[in-house]
Amino acid sequence: MSSIFSSVPTAPPDAILGLTAQFRADPDPRKVNLGVGAFRTSSNKPYVLPVVRRVEQQLADDPSATHEYLPQDGLQSFCDASARLILGADSPALADGRVTTVQALSGTGALRVGFAFVANFISSSTAVYVPKQTWSNHRNVIPAAGLPRALEYRYLDPSTGAVDIAALVEDLDKAPAGSIVLLHGCAHNPTGADPTQAQWLQILDVVKRRKLVPFFDNAYQGFASGSLETDAWSVRTFVAAGLDMLVAQSYAKNMGMYGERVGALSVVASTAGAEDAVRSQLKATIRAMYSSPPKHGAMVAAAILGDEKLFAEWEGELVKMSARIMDMRVKLKAALEKNATPGNWDRITSQIGMFSYTGLTSQQVTFMREKYHVYMTANGRISMAGLTDDTVQYVADAMKDAVESVVKQD
Amino acid sequence: MFRQTLFRHLSRPLPRLLSTQPSAAFAPAVPTSRFAGVPKGPEDAILGVTVAFNADPNPNKINLGVGAYRDDVGLPFVLSPVREAERRIVHAQHHMEYLPVAGSRTFVDKAIRLAYGEHNHHVKTGQVASIQTLSGTGACRMAGVLIQRFLPALDGGPRDESPLVLLPNPSWANHAAIFRDSGCAVGQYKYYDPATKNLDFEGCVSSLEDAPDGSVVLLHACAHNPTGVDPTPEQWAKLSAVLKEKRHQPLFDMAYQGFTSGDMEVDAASVRRFVDDGHRIVLAQSFSKNFGLYGQRVGCLSVLTDSQEEALAIDSQLKIIARPMYSNPPIAGVRIVEEVLSDPELERQWRAEMKGMAERIISMRTMLKGYLEELGSAQNWDHITNQNGMFCFSGISKEQVAKLRDEHSVYLTENGRISMAGVTSQNVGYLADAVHKVTK
Repeated sequence: MSSIFSSVPTAPPDAILGLTAQFRADPDPRKVNLGVGAFRTSSNKPYVLPVVRRVEQQLADDPSATHEYLPQDGLQSFCDASARLILGADSPALADGRVTTVQALSGTGALRVGFAFVANFISSSTAVYVPKQTWSNHRNVIPAAGLPRALEYRYLDPSTGAVDIAALVEDLDKAPAGSIVLLHGCAHNPTGADPTQAQWLQILDVVKRRKLVPFFDNAYQGFASGSLETDAWSVRTFVAAGLDMLVAQSYAKNMGMYGERVGALSVVASTAGAEDAVRSQLKATIRAMYSSPPKHGAMVAAAILGDEKLFAEWEGELVKMSARIMDMRVKLKAALEKNATPGNWDRITSQIGMFSYTGLTSQQVTFMREKYHVYMTANGRISMAGLTDDTVQYVADAMKDAVESVVKQD
Repeated sequence: MFRQTLFRHLSRPLPRLLSTQPSAAFAPAVPTSRFAGVPKGPEDAILGVTVAFNADPNPNKINLGVGAYRDDVGLPFVLSPVREAERRIVHAQHHMEYLPVAGSRTFVDKAIRLAYGEHNHHVKTGQVASIQTLSGTGACRMAGVLIQRFLPALDGGPRDESPLVLLPNPSWANHAAIFRDSGCAVGQYKYYDPATKNLDFEGCVSSLEDAPDGSVVLLHACAHNPTGVDPTPEQWAKLSAVLKEKRHQPLFDMAYQGFTSGDMEVDAASVRRFVDDGHRIVLAQSFSKNFGLYGQRVGCLSVLTDSQEEALAIDSQLKIIARPMYSNPPIAGVRIVEEVLSDPELERQWRAEMKGMAERIISMRTMLKGYLEELGSAQNWDHITNQNGMFCFSGISKEQVAKLRDEHSVYLTENGRISMAGVTSQNVGYLADAVHKVTK
């Protein structure tokens, strides 16, 4: 008997993950990986936050710690603290009891459960709008969750490397009422271009005007500016407007807990009374997917969020990590100006977060990989975390050669 | 309020609810949330049992709804090699980087060797597609989606309707939801006979023979949940032949390997029988019970194929399913399993303590049955010791279950399912007495 799956076609490899595999296989000692989506220290090593290690040690030393199942909606102390973290402890939505928060499998899981909830309990034909430049997996999660393929709103102005707010608003002004609009809370991935506060208010305006439902993806709270409050400003401003909205959180980057899959989904309702029903259906969605979320990472996060001293220590780590990223931005820009690379490189320092859209074309990206063994995704996105003092000039020189040798195509 | 009344009638969740707007005549003055019309889902039966148990002040109370192993004083049990592995892991100061989408290769290789045996030809020649999953549930969900997307019609061409997954009647309550949410159609085959409290083998065989050719048949590899009733080796052989003849696709759910008899090889016998008979099985594995890692969500899905190319193609499709669900699986639990299985002494301890858990369950079964017989019960309690694994389908009626709860503070689900993990040498006498009183 042969397998029923004998004619299953091979799926195309994931672009970003394929890049990592290529990088690993490259024997050239000069190679630099600017495709990496994880923080690296100034010695180019992965980083586990000392406060996280300390909590793990405590858990391992605790004879009463067990591996018992969490409830379907996860560790309650974690969920409550997570909601307070993004919405603010004094959030009117929390005071009114209009927030339902469940633990999720990092940001991806929060998005998936949130979209599945919309598909199953609001409408399976709900339109979802994502920024034209967005994390590639967004476009996979949305149809996988049972919604139509995502539509786009214009986002980046490629000539400035900043948000094209007029085009953004124009596009959202055409969205039907009840459509979901996916917004990156801060540190837009892949461009690094965030709306200014004034621009956020314009976005809020069109969302209210068109009765859209925002779904905030927060993968970098605290990691972007170094301040948890600043990085939550967009979300809190929208919540203060009293809207129906969904909020996804990831602790992969800001607590460095990538592989532990720690995240949360909050459903914020504009009126109270729906929380029990919403929670029951989120739990049902989760139950049929994986029953209950993994315990370890949530225990660590809950301990940090729930203890003043550990929390303060974590805030210090966020300042350090974001400062290293900003330092690399400053140095890369300086290096590009020093070697007189054609173009305006202000965007390197005006963009924020782990990623920067260099404006390099796919042909230039290929050139840099083949000649200089500098790896980045084909859209010209670089991860600032992949740079160190030792490599920044090398990368700048490679970029100069690419810009001068390879005529912009794409 | 109008809206609350309307939606209280919707006691079951409605898939694809298209409109939640009330009719214009009752439109409220104040705009309401788009989430206001979400219907409340059904209560979780098992949770209800636990909530009631927790609220009961009776010091003699017993919780027979618990789905995790408990030791002889009723406490959760962390295996000592697991504790030691955790200490070593923390000491080693590993990074917390993302696992690959398919999870830890080391873990998955160990998992499939445990299931199929060290000498399995498909495993040794790279013909098993596999992926780390969020425990058994995650493995079943991945299987469901894979089946929904790629199960061809029997002639090899595309299907014109959803694939049919047949579950034993009864099955774990969550199976139906998992496969429905995967986009499969769900049906049943006869399994448990309440009259004999045993397998209705003839009914089972005939319902599988009556099912459309090429159906997906979910089989509990051992320790059937919730009945504890497993086919004998001879019956497994016959089922294998029936599935072959009907060209049904076997999908094994193995949540209790090692936990049932105490021996990993013995408990995998049904799976290996089917593999030896040539079935290209799909296998969902959980490490929740046999490693006691419940909340860390450790599991594996594997698919037997005929070539490395095919295995790689299916691997690639499994990754496509995983990425938009959770991107990559959690690392903490699999690190523990790897640590234990990479040290012969820790592995030895694991097997010994796993056996200890299985033996405690078996001894509680023996004691419970023994006490009931001593008390002079007129009922036949053979099923208590004939049934396997954590659960016993006691045959206690709904009314008797209520009496057990109300008069004796003994808590179990309405269907009469007893979790033997909740039975200890301290409480088994009291339990037997209570059961005898409500059933005589």
